[in-house]
Amino acid sequence: MSTVFDTTLQDPPGLPPEFGQGPLMRRNAAVTEVPWVRWTLILAALLFLLGFLFLPLIAVFVEALRNGFAAYFAAITEPDAWSAIRLTLLTAAIAVPLNLVFGVSAAWAITKFDFRGKSFLITLIDLPFSVSPVVAGLIYILIFGAHGWAGPWLMDHGIKVAFAAPGIVLATIFVTFPFIARELIPLMQEQGTEYEQAALSLGASGWQTFWRVTLPNIRWGLLYGVLLCNARAMGEFGAVSVISGHIRGQTNTMPLHVEILYNEYQFSAAFAVASLLALLALLTLGLKAWLEWRHGEELSASRKH
Amino acid sequence: MSSLVLSPRSKTHTVRTTAIPGFGLTLGYTIVYLSLLVLIPLAGVFFKAAGLGFEGFWHVVSSPRVLAALKLSFGAALIGASINAVFGTLVAWVFVRYEFPGKRFFDAIIDLPFALPTAVAGIALTALYAGNGWIGQYLEPLGIKIAYTPLGVIVACTFIGLPFVVRTVQPVLQDAEKELEEAAASLGADRWQTITRVILPTVLPAVLTGFALAFARAVGEYGSIIFIAGNLPMVSEIAPLLIIIKLEEFDYAGATAVASAMLILSFILLLLVNGLQVWARKRHGGSR
Repeated sequence: MSTVFDTTLQDPPGLPPEFGQGPLMRRNAAVTEVPWVRWTLILAALLFLLGFLFLPLIAVFVEALRNGFAAYFAAITEPDAWSAIRLTLLTAAIAVPLNLVFGVSAAWAITKFDFRGKSFLITLIDLPFSVSPVVAGLIYILIFGAHGWAGPWLMDHGIKVAFAAPGIVLATIFVTFPFIARELIPLMQEQGTEYEQAALSLGASGWQTFWRVTLPNIRWGLLYGVLLCNARAMGEFGAVSVISGHIRGQTNTMPLHVEILYNEYQFSAAFAVASLLALLALLTLGLKAWLEWRHGEELSASRKH
Repeated sequence: MSSLVLSPRSKTHTVRTTAIPGFGLTLGYTIVYLSLLVLIPLAGVFFKAAGLGFEGFWHVVSSPRVLAALKLSFGAALIGASINAVFGTLVAWVFVRYEFPGKRFFDAIIDLPFALPTAVAGIALTALYAGNGWIGQYLEPLGIKIAYTPLGVIVACTFIGLPFVVRTVQPVLQDAEKELEEAAASLGADRWQTITRVILPTVLPAVLTGFALAFARAVGEYGSIIFIAGNLPMVSEIAPLLIIIKLEEFDYAGATAVASAMLILSFILLLLVNGLQVWARKRHGGSR
């Protein structure tokens, strides 16, 4: 807006010199900063982002390739790395759809109906965000661990949850629990119920209304939530670390594999596996920016740019 | 203002909702899923801690090592969130008000701490800030050691909370009316007065929200901290790590005691911040 003022408005000719830059320019100067202040602020902000965001990201790739491409490919193709990649994909493939169904269901109940205790329910759904991931792992150890409440009984029946894949999946579900519901609730709140009402009054069944009317309206918001949920599901470390038992080749996810390699001083191998996760993060950010740019109108208000 | 917009809508809402099916199914599923996966397991922590009794709980929590860890976790999270409150507001301001090359790129990369797995962030920050690291090698001759000291914990806390303040302040600044600033200026306020008296009060509630979110995230953070912290007991050992150490010693009760102390402390702090937010809104915010 200020640039419009700068270019289109000019001081009237023959203005007395005491007006200096002129009244219009002065008014404009009152709502922006002089150039040196502006550039100092920009520089300070960018230096902060450089040191805390950009350089760490670059460091991952530089360290990963420190010993050359051959070592890089060896690190990401060795059997333990592969089994970690497989377990990570499997975990996300279970946790994300479960939280997807939950998110849609919760958003439907919360936004299409009025009932008492609604805001309390929303607070409870957000709860996992304010619990430390380590505590998230701990709660499942307390239940399913060898000394836990249900652990011994389950083990007698041949079911292993803690220190096995089911525990990893449970912990992952916990930490990614609110993502999709949180994305959908404000979006469906904004959309109201008019379209569903219209479809129902024209004779569509409840499921038809959901599949043909609601789902197309929320698909981009849903994709947005899935994207964030998936990134966290594949990258979760604290919760999974507590419950996995770190059994190499069996209960290691990619982030845990990174930790093991790092602690064994295999730095470039650790960074090589880490670079795969960093690529996933970059892909997530890219898709997210694309969604905001291309489908911003179909995302909830807080996501429009 | 918001009540004016909402009230007619919510009236029609209640009347019309009767026709939409699926209330029992979706609410029932939501509550069952929530209870099974989140509420019951979380209640288990307090149940287990209650089994210790107050004496036992206090004995664990007041031991010097636990106290040091709690102090570090909460202290570093507070400092990190404060750094983010200042720089996050600055970044949001620069993004909303100024044009500069690369703005879109930096705007997209802000969310990196949400998308980058914490373990990856941890080893990357260590690579940068270790004594022989990219940044650390220039700081070490100055006598500043970051990695393997409490400073490293603060760096990780800052990284992990970075997007929160930026993303809460950005939309508020975008919606802030420039006319207000022009009015202030035309009434004779200089730029500094306009910023401190007009702009800052408008964004303050958002800054506090972002601060609270960044703080809550940093208190419980584990992955990005343990690599850079060095994990020296009494010096750079964080509370979540202590929980894991106790678990590995099969001291379930001790681990639970530390966990519940963390949950209670962050709950109290968030209540405080919430109160502060309400106060800021009442005092300056008006409709916001």
